[in-house]
Amino acid sequence: MSETGLGIPALAATGDGPRAAGVWRAAWRRFRHDRVGLACLGIVAIYAVMILLAAVGLAGRHWQDEVAQPDAPPAFVERVAEVVHPPAPASAASAPAPEIDIADIDPLAPRYAEWNARAARIHGEARPLAQTLPLGADHLGRDVLKKALKGTQVSVSVGVLAALVATLIGATLGAVGGFVGGWVGDFVEWVYNVLTSVPDILLFFAFAAVFGRGIPTLVLILGLTGWTGQYRQVRAEFIKHSRREYVRAAEAIGATAGARMFRHILPNVSHVILVRMSLLVVGFIKAEVILSYLGLGVAIDQVSWGTMLNEAQTELIVGHWWQLATATVFMAVFVTAFSLMADAWRDALDPKLRGERA
Amino acid sequence: MFAYLIRRLWQMLPTLLGVVLLVFFLFKRFGADPVQMLVGLNATPQEIVQMRAQLGLDQPWWVQLGMFVHGIVTFDWGSSWATKEPVAHLLATRLPATLTVTLPILVLDTLVAIPIALGVAYLRGSLTDRAVMVATTVALSISFLVYVIVGQYVFGFQLGWFPVQGWSDSTLHNLATFAPLPVLLAVAVGVSPQTRLYRSFFLDELGQDYVRTARAKGLTEPAVLFRHVLRNALIPILTNVGLALPGILVGSFLIEVFFSIPGLGRETYLAVNRSDYPVIQAVTIYVAVLTMLVNLLTDLLYRAVDPRVVLR
Repeated sequence: MSETGLGIPALAATGDGPRAAGVWRAAWRRFRHDRVGLACLGIVAIYAVMILLAAVGLAGRHWQDEVAQPDAPPAFVERVAEVVHPPAPASAASAPAPEIDIADIDPLAPRYAEWNARAARIHGEARPLAQTLPLGADHLGRDVLKKALKGTQVSVSVGVLAALVATLIGATLGAVGGFVGGWVGDFVEWVYNVLTSVPDILLFFAFAAVFGRGIPTLVLILGLTGWTGQYRQVRAEFIKHSRREYVRAAEAIGATAGARMFRHILPNVSHVILVRMSLLVVGFIKAEVILSYLGLGVAIDQVSWGTMLNEAQTELIVGHWWQLATATVFMAVFVTAFSLMADAWRDALDPKLRGERA
Repeated sequence: MFAYLIRRLWQMLPTLLGVVLLVFFLFKRFGADPVQMLVGLNATPQEIVQMRAQLGLDQPWWVQLGMFVHGIVTFDWGSSWATKEPVAHLLATRLPATLTVTLPILVLDTLVAIPIALGVAYLRGSLTDRAVMVATTVALSISFLVYVIVGQYVFGFQLGWFPVQGWSDSTLHNLATFAPLPVLLAVAVGVSPQTRLYRSFFLDELGQDYVRTARAKGLTEPAVLFRHVLRNALIPILTNVGLALPGILVGSFLIEVFFSIPGLGRETYLAVNRSDYPVIQAVTIYVAVLTMLVNLLTDLLYRAVDPRVVLR
């Protein structure tokens, strides 16, 4: 695609004549023929709609409500479960005990009437607890499907936001380091070297222990520790491009350094940034799951794939597999589709790269 | 060569300084107050003051930084604040457990991934190749947590082949009983990315002119693959294994946490949770130095493997 940047688009952009097909349109044409990529784009789009619905409160809203029996099985395994536990627990609990009149020795007896009157004034709504739910319930009787919907929103948005933060930091530093060079470049290199000589997971732990938990800090932690790969690649691209003829030509006609960096070079390396960012999304989603599991991720009153897996571990031992399965499937489908889509994007955006990097 | 070594070692100093500053300020400025954790909730103000003085926390930050750097230069890491165990002793006793798990993982990962990758690279574009690629993508998209949870449940709990977790004092016993399950699960997770990576290395080599030449002069396919392609692809593979080496020494935090293996990774995790600065600082700096040394070693190995590489 760098060939397309050698003058012709610049001419086409200034003239009124028919424009050559842009890089993005050409990429889309190639992408359209990639059936796997298109299918994955469809799946990601479905997730995007789901996440949007969850974000505005139309899906997975009342995930904290305890709507079913604890550990109620999914609807489709109902019959199996009935065979396993023949007596319904509700009937055992409500069996009346024989009444004995102890009013004459009971010191609280004089106040019962008052208490009963008070209790009568409070109208609790006894909601029947469901015996089964579409995807079962967790140990508190919360709907696993709702949790999964809400958890998808949390996990994916953490991944995407963190990838945006990391990309912003990495691309900016990479552009400056690669284009400006000099002592600024050396300084950025130094920061990069320092961060990469400490293992990622140790940085995660350290930042997480220091900044506490919650979605904003999680995004910050992942972004602050994860930008190094993006930086490396953008820097290399900027070094390569800053010596290209089209950039020299722009310099000759008086384009400022900022214009050369962001108007001329950036569009030509944006596909690299985009592909790297999609890899970051996948990596960060996985990191969020692990950090949340370890208690360093999202807050206690939030749900994510990681907290679901955390609960699922104890549930599995007593044979309640549905929360584990739901969280795993939701995550695996999304991550697989997203990775394959990113691969297809890369192939479409840079045909020369096809099959090079795994 | 000697000048190269000296220069590379010299270049490590600024990076090391950066790591020291990062660790120091990260925990100094933002970390939880270790004094409160150490003296407990019912401490009197005198006790808190005493503890502060004992840890040197009442000094201004530059004095503390000086103490910190002094400790690093003299290899005096001090004692863990939480357990009073000397940090040097702690590192030395936790390392064997980590190595017992991570070394087999690295070796098995590499040994399993290379043949699979070579095979699918040779069959590029075939149904097998595509099936393996899809399988690795799916395997990669499942969280490591799920592997551990399901693995412990199925192999440890239901089938009873391995203990769910545990550790003993005997390395042999550990290798035979407690290490297999974490190693098996880690390899199951690690093989997928390795295979994809190595496949791309092999594909790069298979497209080279020398492969066509080798085939043209009538070499058998095994000879082409094993004598030419495999050997040339060893350079990037070696780099990759080299990059994984520092990780081997820290251990996999996750495996150690999940399986309660008393290794360095779990110790660091515990230390982070307790704001046990001496341990965190020692581990971070030790790992940073190791990473830099291993990178240097990898560059030197390049030279040994590929005589065309010039060390500058």
